[in-house]
Amino acid sequence: MSPERRLASALVALAAVLVAVAGLALFVGSAGLSPVAVARALAGRADAESVESVVTLGLRLPRILVAAVAGGALAVAGVAFQGLTRNPLAEPSVLGISSGAAFGVVLAQIVGLGISPLEALGVTAFAFGGALLAAAAVYLVARVPGGLSIQTLLLAGVIVGIFFGSAITVLISIVDFNRLGGVVHWLLGNLAPLPPASLALFAVLAGVGVLVVLRHARELNLLALGEESAVQLGVDAERLKRRIFLGAALLTGAVVAFAGPIGFVGLIVPHALRGRLGQDHRLLVPTAALAGGVFLLAADTVARNVVAPAELSVGVITAFCGAPFFVYLLRTRYRPTL
Amino acid sequence: MTPLVDVRGLTFAYPQPERRGARAFGLADVTFAIAPGEVFGVIGPNSAGKTTLLRLLTRVLAPARGDIRLDGHPLAGLSHAEIARRVGVVPQDTPRPFPFTVEELVLMGRFPHGPARFFESPADREAARAAMAATGVEALGPLPFEHLGGGERQRALLARALAQRPRLLVLDEPTAHLDLRYQAETAALLRRVNREQGVGVLLVSHDLNLAAEVCDRLLLLGGGRVVRLGPPGEVLQPEALEAVFHCRVVVDKSPGSGRPVVQVAWPGEEGR
Repeated sequence: MSPERRLASALVALAAVLVAVAGLALFVGSAGLSPVAVARALAGRADAESVESVVTLGLRLPRILVAAVAGGALAVAGVAFQGLTRNPLAEPSVLGISSGAAFGVVLAQIVGLGISPLEALGVTAFAFGGALLAAAAVYLVARVPGGLSIQTLLLAGVIVGIFFGSAITVLISIVDFNRLGGVVHWLLGNLAPLPPASLALFAVLAGVGVLVVLRHARELNLLALGEESAVQLGVDAERLKRRIFLGAALLTGAVVAFAGPIGFVGLIVPHALRGRLGQDHRLLVPTAALAGGVFLLAADTVARNVVAPAELSVGVITAFCGAPFFVYLLRTRYRPTL
Repeated sequence: MTPLVDVRGLTFAYPQPERRGARAFGLADVTFAIAPGEVFGVIGPNSAGKTTLLRLLTRVLAPARGDIRLDGHPLAGLSHAEIARRVGVVPQDTPRPFPFTVEELVLMGRFPHGPARFFESPADREAARAAMAATGVEALGPLPFEHLGGGERQRALLARALAQRPRLLVLDEPTAHLDLRYQAETAALLRRVNREQGVGVLLVSHDLNLAAEVCDRLLLLGGGRVVRLGPPGEVLQPEALEAVFHCRVVVDKSPGSGRPVVQVAWPGEEGR
């Protein structure tokens, strides 16, 4: 089957799954609404002030949309960082780049930026800057003659992550805690419903990041052969690396600014797709955008309900899935021979 | 006739201090030309600058001084894709962080013919299929590249370079990882591709006998300079080789082709 057909059928299947999971997520929650009540709210037959309307349209629906956008962005960022570093285990949180972005967000909050859409754009700019800073640091630490070694890159990511984590702790310690309301919860990776304008802004920023990576998906395939071979096959490798770097940092920064540093989505989702679709980035990038949404939405639905009426942070769920998965990949597929 | 490759006064030095582990060597005032359809060999010891020359010819590196022309065009004025449509490189091996299939790998050779296309066109698929047929890897298409043996990998990488439809095929140490049978196969395959497709070949190797057997002319590099340039019989002379390789050699004639055969003159018991 041609790659075009495989991509089309995978996208149709994933879109169907996304809609199904989103539909299911609308009907479950700690409010204990009956399916009939949810359906009534969705159909617009309930009073706008009623519990079912507020819960369904004001809380669950926006949160579902945030999860879908954030998951897709994180999965595409994972594919991008894996292609850029030629390291199958690379991912925004593993590389410490989410921590850099989180540092930027905390800094933005200290500066006084709030949650209005315009201010959210400023927060994203801080997160983007933090992501760039952390990624540059990882690159400088891990660079060896002839490229980046898999193990050194992962270690550099851990170190940079620890550094920015400590920097965040310092900021939180010296600033009046009340000004950073909910920051601890947010740091664990916590999806919260966004107002429509912020949600739209988040979706646009994530969309731009996905398009940047998607546009260069074919060249990412060639970059996997090493920079010298990529150049000899006609790729402007320097320009490609710069653009993927910026695109992946934008995706990471936007997710961290609007949803928090949620880990491992960029590892789990691309690998699940690689197993089914192979290594072609032209298939992986668009399918990751949908499959990441499915995964994070499912994880968030579990997080909302598993200890109801309390709530877990979705970052806890993804880490519980992702950490063992990382170990599995490290032990089985990526022995230090590469 | 415009030479396919025209190199004049090529000079290059790596920035100091030299990278440890992956040492590469510079070039000084290297001049030669390759005619269209010619099989041209660059030989010399490990530190002679062969790999550097290859990188300069594909604009992975830019020369400090001197001029490289491809089909009459200055290399510096061509885009990477324009160069890749003329020059196809067969590396010794390829890094494989992700297990691409043989077919995917060969199709990557079509990138310079349509860098803006997201998916390959039917014409691209046909070119890749023909290239795989020419090197006998058609049946291996759906397999992951890493599952292939050494000889098969070589032929898959050669197919990728042929899919570029280049005018010059550059091979970097093509027999380095191959046993005798595959060395013979590679030599035969190169001759056939050269004859049937009229593509010029630049062979970079320290395998003197492979170079003597398949090349029309040889360039002997030593310490980044041209030591000799000419037909194999003229270049592969004991005094030139001994000066470059720093060991005693015996040059014979191959009973089959009449081409030179170079052997190390191993010291006898008393010489140890």
